[in-house]
Amino acid sequence: MNWIKKCLAASCALLLAAGAALPAAAGQITVNEDIAVSDGYDWTRFAGQNLTLNVYNWGLYISDGSDESVDVVSAFEELTGIRVNYTTFDSNESLYAKMKSGGASYDVIFPSEYMVGKMIAEDMLAPLDYANIPNMAAIGEEYKGWAFDPDNAYSVPYMWGTTGLIYNTTMVDEPPTDWAALWDVQYANNVLMFNNSRDAYAIAAKKLGLSLNPNSVEEVDLVMQELQDQKSVVQAYVMDEIFDKMEGGEAAMAPYYAGDALTMIADNPDLAFIHPTEGVNFFVDSMCIPATSKNKEAAEMFINYMCETSVGYANCDYIGYSTPIDAVWELLDDELKYSPIAYPGTEVMDKAEVFTTLPDEINAELDAKWSEMKSYDESGGSWMVVIFLVGAVLLSCFNIWRKVRKKVRDNY
Amino acid sequence: MNTQHKRLLQRTYIVLIFGFMYLPIAVLIAYSFNESKSRAVFTGFTLGWYKSLLQNEMILSALATSVVLALVSSVIATVLGTLATIGINSMSRRTQLIVNNISYVPVVNPEIITGVSLMLLFVLLQRAGLGGEGGIFGWFTLLVAHITFNVPYVIFNVSPKLRQLDPSLYNAAQDLGCTPRQAFFKVILPQLTPAILSAFLICLTYSIDDFMISYFNCGTMQTLPIAIYSMTRKKVSPEINALSAIMFLIILAIILVSNALDSRTYRKNQAAIRKSMAQA
Repeated sequence: MNWIKKCLAASCALLLAAGAALPAAAGQITVNEDIAVSDGYDWTRFAGQNLTLNVYNWGLYISDGSDESVDVVSAFEELTGIRVNYTTFDSNESLYAKMKSGGASYDVIFPSEYMVGKMIAEDMLAPLDYANIPNMAAIGEEYKGWAFDPDNAYSVPYMWGTTGLIYNTTMVDEPPTDWAALWDVQYANNVLMFNNSRDAYAIAAKKLGLSLNPNSVEEVDLVMQELQDQKSVVQAYVMDEIFDKMEGGEAAMAPYYAGDALTMIADNPDLAFIHPTEGVNFFVDSMCIPATSKNKEAAEMFINYMCETSVGYANCDYIGYSTPIDAVWELLDDELKYSPIAYPGTEVMDKAEVFTTLPDEINAELDAKWSEMKSYDESGGSWMVVIFLVGAVLLSCFNIWRKVRKKVRDNY
Repeated sequence: MNTQHKRLLQRTYIVLIFGFMYLPIAVLIAYSFNESKSRAVFTGFTLGWYKSLLQNEMILSALATSVVLALVSSVIATVLGTLATIGINSMSRRTQLIVNNISYVPVVNPEIITGVSLMLLFVLLQRAGLGGEGGIFGWFTLLVAHITFNVPYVIFNVSPKLRQLDPSLYNAAQDLGCTPRQAFFKVILPQLTPAILSAFLICLTYSIDDFMISYFNCGTMQTLPIAIYSMTRKKVSPEINALSAIMFLIILAIILVSNALDSRTYRKNQAAIRKSMAQA
């Protein structure tokens, strides 16, 4: 395969030489028809060194060439001659577990804000050298300096968004305005809920007027009781099944991420989205380099590349979440650019709250109460367990008795 | 109940069972042609997902990893397992019982325990300095893990067949001038071939299927099930439907061809037997 890569690099160099003939903007290197990067950066310093970068991102969280999108990873390989081993994870927790297990060493990872905070606290991240990431300047000021990493010493924002309430206009009498609508018995069995403890907790906490970052174990208990009370109204606890259920009109309301709500509304115009008045969760997924990375400078080059305008635009277009890069926002269609869903105004953002890293005992309580709440059954289903247990014991007793009897009979 | 009713009942039963088995696959294939990403509404016919699949490097490389891993691990596991079976077969009854039970444990053991314990072992080895700077996680660990959980399946597929064989066959072959090695390769192995082949196929499916054990031992590599699992926060892409449809068709084709070949050899054999009978 190596010679292919070399050929690619060579043809890339040829293209660069013939750059004058290409319709590239001034100060830009054209990689392909969709990707152009600034030429004030030495992109090719690792070319030919047979370097591999291990990039670990959320599933479906990059423009990957499917569905007529741009393949930004292979454009990076073409540009720099660095090979990218691109793999994916499904949640912050599995990313954390994977890194802690010592079974894998990554160069670039994409944790969400509270996980960035946790990883910084546990010395799992390497401080970034911004001399290698000049594009950090392109990131809007309002996305920098959040509490989980106040100086952005370890993280560069990649995508952001808010949670909110998505509902089917044909299935509700009047449009909901707050999270409390998810507790309304009028919509019993017609409400979906996050199947993820942190997001579900945030909603119940906001409904009660509390912070989505609990300060004490008692606070967790109180909020979890609220979630338990909601259980009779909830049709199902779901994550990605939400797309099908909402688009197919199987449920009236569900909380989800704003970027995904846009996708759902595009598929089913009956759907609408609001930011509940109690306040929402604001999240930032960031790019970081683990302390164990052996190719830190190349990893920083990758992060810098991801902050290029054309790359950011391709990703934003594919993922549908909100971009922290101002120049990318400028490029968007007016409809999306001024969409109150993707880029809400100050009245929403002022009330939005970010997850922070929780102390261990509160985290443990949250997990324990969450599984207790999920397994709690009002209709006394716990009886079934006892009945099954007794049944199993009786069955094995019967079996032993039969065997013994057979043995006794055989002895005669 | 007369015979006609009975037959109707039989037919319904068969249709129901096959419906349960194949309807999900049919739905999956149908939705691989769906124009929108939705799994609820069918908006129009398209081949776009197949085209897009061929351009999705991540899925394709995950598929390649899975297929190569399955092939290599199954071949090694089949060889190891067959040798183990022959070894176990020549042990005393008591040892046989003990060894068989020990090799049965990984099968009944929950996969997650096998996966985590293998990972812990590899981490320990890595701490001891094995694998150098890059660590040992990756191809090596994945391969070892897959061989580990595949070997017992081979043992339990091949050993009943070996027990059925007449022990005098081997002695007879030696009486007629075979060396022990010849006796094994010319007499025993051909008898075992069907069982070995089916063991190999079982390994192949388990290996392609495996999520739990691979998840803990893959390092920075990614097999197909892991790639699909990571899509669940967003929405599993219909490219996966397209991929599953293609895999289903390929497997179907393999089964049909191998059955056709089997029945051809069978007919040939029968013809040869009839011919020799006629001559006699």
